[in-house]
Amino acid sequence: MNLIGENITYKPDDQFHLNDVSFNFKKGNLYTILGRTLSGKTTFLKTIAGLLNPDSGNLSFEDNDFIKIPVWERNVAMVYQQFINYPHLNVYENIIFPLKQRKISEDQIKKDVEEALKTVGLVGFENRKIQELSGGQQQRVALARSLAKKAKILLLDEPLVNLDYKLREQLREEFKRIFTQGLSEDTILIYSTTDPQEVMELNGEVIVLDEGKVLQRGPAKEIFENPRTLKVAEISNDPPMNILKGEKNSEKLSFENIIIKSPSHFKNLSDQSYNFGIRASEIKLDNQGEEFEIELAEISGSETLLHLKKGESKVIALIEEVMNFKIHEKVKIKFNENKLYAFDQNEELVSSPYGVSHG
Amino acid sequence: MEKLYKFLKYTFIILWTVFIVAPFLWAISTSFKDFQSVNSKVTYIPWLDFEPTLEGWRVLVKSPARGGVDIVEPYFNSLFVTCTASLISIVLGTLAAYALSRFTFKAGFVRNNDITFFFISQRIMPPIVLSIPFFIFLSTIGLLDSLIGLVVVYIVLLMPIAVWIMVDFFNRVPKELDETALIDGCNPYQAFYKVVLPNSIPGLIVAGMFCIIFGWIDFFFAFILTFTEVQLLPVKVVALNSSITPWWSLSASALISVAPLIIVAFIVERYLSKGNLSGALK
Repeated sequence: MNLIGENITYKPDDQFHLNDVSFNFKKGNLYTILGRTLSGKTTFLKTIAGLLNPDSGNLSFEDNDFIKIPVWERNVAMVYQQFINYPHLNVYENIIFPLKQRKISEDQIKKDVEEALKTVGLVGFENRKIQELSGGQQQRVALARSLAKKAKILLLDEPLVNLDYKLREQLREEFKRIFTQGLSEDTILIYSTTDPQEVMELNGEVIVLDEGKVLQRGPAKEIFENPRTLKVAEISNDPPMNILKGEKNSEKLSFENIIIKSPSHFKNLSDQSYNFGIRASEIKLDNQGEEFEIELAEISGSETLLHLKKGESKVIALIEEVMNFKIHEKVKIKFNENKLYAFDQNEELVSSPYGVSHG
Repeated sequence: MEKLYKFLKYTFIILWTVFIVAPFLWAISTSFKDFQSVNSKVTYIPWLDFEPTLEGWRVLVKSPARGGVDIVEPYFNSLFVTCTASLISIVLGTLAAYALSRFTFKAGFVRNNDITFFFISQRIMPPIVLSIPFFIFLSTIGLLDSLIGLVVVYIVLLMPIAVWIMVDFFNRVPKELDETALIDGCNPYQAFYKVVLPNSIPGLIVAGMFCIIFGWIDFFFAFILTFTEVQLLPVKVVALNSSITPWWSLSASALISVAPLIIVAFIVERYLSKGNLSGALK
């Protein structure tokens, strides 16, 4: 009774859009697809919707061969990153459009639409034209349309990416509420995004996609704590996890002429070269620390992002307050060695602060 | 500065309006004159300058036997040919344009752009190049000097315009709109007429207008492909011109010739002036 994909490959030109993707999605669950732009997220969702047919592989839902069913009979709903609504219809007509296609009784339609409007907070906007709404409101209409449909598979393709910062925060909160309360046990929700923070907040089952290939899957917490490869660590952190090439030498770690104490969770690692990974938030300003040169300082919200350089190594540090720095200024920083990751020469995780559960 | 700009703006608008409207006033005034009033001295205002007469208009409805040139039948012929050809061109052209915009065609080395260019290239050649093939084609299938034959030829001339305008228009309609319609339970035909078409009305209006204008004003093919059975308005109007130029009836026929276009212009004016053309879809 699940949505099952087996070895799905889609390769319209010389590049893989989907490369041997398999999955088993259960009803009542939330799945997030995390990947950079052009990693195949949209192709993934479009394949499930039926807008694309894979070159090979199987897709089945409720024990039916889904590939043989045309889009318009699949009963899926999809929200695009561009705010796609029907411009010639008003808000109310937009939301009832899919319901009318399915010949549902007038009373039921009225009830469903009212409920959907309430969920997305657009009560009173029924007669507005789409062009009169703001971007956030347009996206709410699109969401209401897919909710009112009560589709068994709900696909959201980076629904927040085209909104401004404030609205994104606000709508993300609401999404969380809608996904936890407003969805029936029958629905499979698939949400794609480039934003690791969104993935962590939605706290569903995560699939990390890159160049059409599934790199890792698991609960959000697991992806955060134990990214299986360097690539996953980069994709699932914003700013990307800092990677430093270095060596372990019994009790010491050395990189770029910096020597720090080896953390306790590294004690089983053999002495050799590693890619050490550390999150930007685990680098702190410290007068006892190592001297780095500032290449760029960005202030975002209440945080400051420092792009630092020493020799060949570049790291990004996240300072949790607004500070003014000059470019080329020297600062001293300290790495929190207890939060260090180690990836081997094949870029696979060998040790994490949370204990490796695989590899 | 502000005032100067306003002054210059309105001066220009007034001059332009006079430039556009003056020939119409001249034609209206002339159509009520007779030989005497046209050829004696410069006159403009009826009753004051000259005695108005309906002779110029009467010639147009009188049968040739009674010294007139009956343009009533050619007028309706022209209306029929233009409207039928435009309608068929728009319907077929819109469908072709949608297919060219949304689906990928491959046949040997031919791709979508080649097909689009094939349509447009029909209009790149000077019409005279097409005249002999058309003549031979129509005479072979026995449609020379007939309304149906003219409709066929005009479809060939007008459909490229419709395809050209509509391909461009559909390319600017996001593909995701059709996809959303499919996801929302429309089959491809329903997606086209329930979603894409209602959002393409501005494009359809522009395409329709161009078809009607180009169809209505064509003289060349109407002249070459008809003889006695069927005549179209532009040919008949030219036939008015004999040894003495009858300015009065020429003016009258010119006025009723442009009338349909003016009516069309007034109907679509509100679509054009409101900026609805580009604003309907982002």
